Amino acid sequence: MPERVGVEVRLENLKRTYGPVVALNDLSLTIAPGELVALLGPSGCGKTTALRLLAGLEEADGGRVVVDGKDVTGLPTNRRNVGMVFQAYSLFPHMVAWENVAFGLQMRKVSTEERKQRALETLELVGLEKYANRYASQLSGGQQQRVALARALAIRPQVLLLDEPLSALDAKVRARLRDEIRRIQLEVGITTLFVTHDQEEALAIADRVGVMQSGHLEQLGPPITVYSRPATPFVAEFVGLTNRIPGEVKLGGVEVRGTQLPLVQKDVPTGPAIALVRPEAVTITGDGDTSSGPLVGTVIAVAFLGATSRVTVDLGDVTVLAQLPTSAASEHPAGTKVRLALRPDPVLVDTHN
Amino acid sequence: MAAVRGGFQRSKRLKLQVFRTVVLLAAGIFFLVPIGAMFEFSTRGVGDKPRTLEAWQSIGTYPDLVAAITASLELAAITTIVMLVLLAPTMVWVRLKLPGLSPIMEFVCLLPLTIPAIVLVVGLAPIYNWMGNNFSDSILTLSFAYVVLVLPYAYRSLEAGLAAIDVKTLSEAARSLGAGWLTVMWRIIVPNISSAILNSAFLSVALVLGEYTIANNLLYNNLQVEIAFLGRANAGVSIAVAVASLVFAFVILVLLSFFNRGRGRLQLADLQQVMRTERG
Repeated sequence: MPERVGVEVRLENLKRTYGPVVALNDLSLTIAPGELVALLGPSGCGKTTALRLLAGLEEADGGRVVVDGKDVTGLPTNRRNVGMVFQAYSLFPHMVAWENVAFGLQMRKVSTEERKQRALETLELVGLEKYANRYASQLSGGQQQRVALARALAIRPQVLLLDEPLSALDAKVRARLRDEIRRIQLEVGITTLFVTHDQEEALAIADRVGVMQSGHLEQLGPPITVYSRPATPFVAEFVGLTNRIPGEVKLGGVEVRGTQLPLVQKDVPTGPAIALVRPEAVTITGDGDTSSGPLVGTVIAVAFLGATSRVTVDLGDVTVLAQLPTSAASEHPAGTKVRLALRPDPVLVDTHN
Repeated sequence: MAAVRGGFQRSKRLKLQVFRTVVLLAAGIFFLVPIGAMFEFSTRGVGDKPRTLEAWQSIGTYPDLVAAITASLELAAITTIVMLVLLAPTMVWVRLKLPGLSPIMEFVCLLPLTIPAIVLVVGLAPIYNWMGNNFSDSILTLSFAYVVLVLPYAYRSLEAGLAAIDVKTLSEAARSLGAGWLTVMWRIIVPNISSAILNSAFLSVALVLGEYTIANNLLYNNLQVEIAFLGRANAGVSIAVAVASLVFAFVILVLLSFFNRGRGRLQLADLQQVMRTERG
């Protein structure tokens, strides 16, 4: 497989409405050459619409799609050089795997010999060269999606578009294929847009994650930034779990049940607010009085997650989640009185509630 | 305990097998006895003469009958082709681009089922009168009426075929790989609904070969009209042709059922292969 250099992709002020529903509201996004950007958001946030506009499967009501400096907004999908993997299984049922992979090459008038050779090379890239002569119905879901990926890559597209390609697969296959997609994307160096509603998937695979809501980007940044420095309360709540604990903004920080925490936002007016605290920033202290205090409560549930466990603590007026190493969590079974502590990480506050 | 359960299941299976055989035999007798009787009649000798295939051999000696058979076969071919060329792409287009129109399309396509052929003739007569005066009075123009007549059956069959595949995703995948709409239709959709296309084609052929009312009332001589006419002149030949056309339609339907069964077997084999792969 020859080395490829990715191209820059720009979505400029894209607008798309379906009747009264605004699917995309002035969306602008630039993807650097060879970069993998994941669009993340709840159903109906516009992420798939953005991908379909880039693919040419839908027409924009306004704005431009620029690929490698060329405006492709008006081009139909078959004249854009994009490879796409769909959420639903999309292999042509009447063709075997290598014929599926070779289909795009046939459309580009590549000779039969070269077509077959390139199809087999691409199947090798996704580790399925042994299955070249199998029909879609003879392949498992994961294998079908890998063939679909090979088919999208075989035409050597400028951009690779992945529309929730893992959502129909079971958890184990999903995690394995996710890593494989990333390996192949890095190996090929292709500019990629990955759409998903699974935050873990987006954070694990992407160079940058764009969190969308109501047709616009709430935040775009590296996974670590999106997770640890969410720009808005929506991002904080959508990406990862978040405790909403009442507090009071004062002295340049927020006081939450007697603990002063620094703020992510600037210029927040003083007064009551809801602090958004990650469960991993909540710990259970081994010492101190557990009879009373603002952070004293009763463990009501312990969820085993493997290496870590999630402990739910009832503080009376609010329930707080704490994520702890399983060994530490096992010391506090349901019904035990505990005292919590909040790590002084910068937090976001929601002043609208 | 297991032996008792096994014995009970064997006896249940046996009963089911007997029931199936009885039903099959009863249905076979119901359909085959009249055809057998017709065949017997068509080979009966006059007076004391022994059995003869004279009526069958003389089919070719009636030029009007030969012309009617040719016309009916041509009508069947034209009707099937026109119906497929019009209906299949329209249904795909409606499914992809105008899904809101699906119920209207279904209503329009199924409408001819609810209208008796004789009522259709009343509506068609002025049109055929005009066509005869201004365009052509060839019997082949009947194919326009027959396309309407076969529409409900063809629609149902094609609809079942299209519902069995993900038309939207497959066509979008093909388009993203560089295929134009014609290529999508010809290389992707048609091969995946080939069974439905064959179904609708065979049904159309069987329907056209058996059609009498419209042709007779619009004064065209197709196979059935000619058989009815011959029945008055030479009953033996008329019955021989009727048996031949029935057997022809029967063979078509049997071929169809075998074709579909073959596809079913293939899918089962595929499933077994996947299960072996996943176990491996």
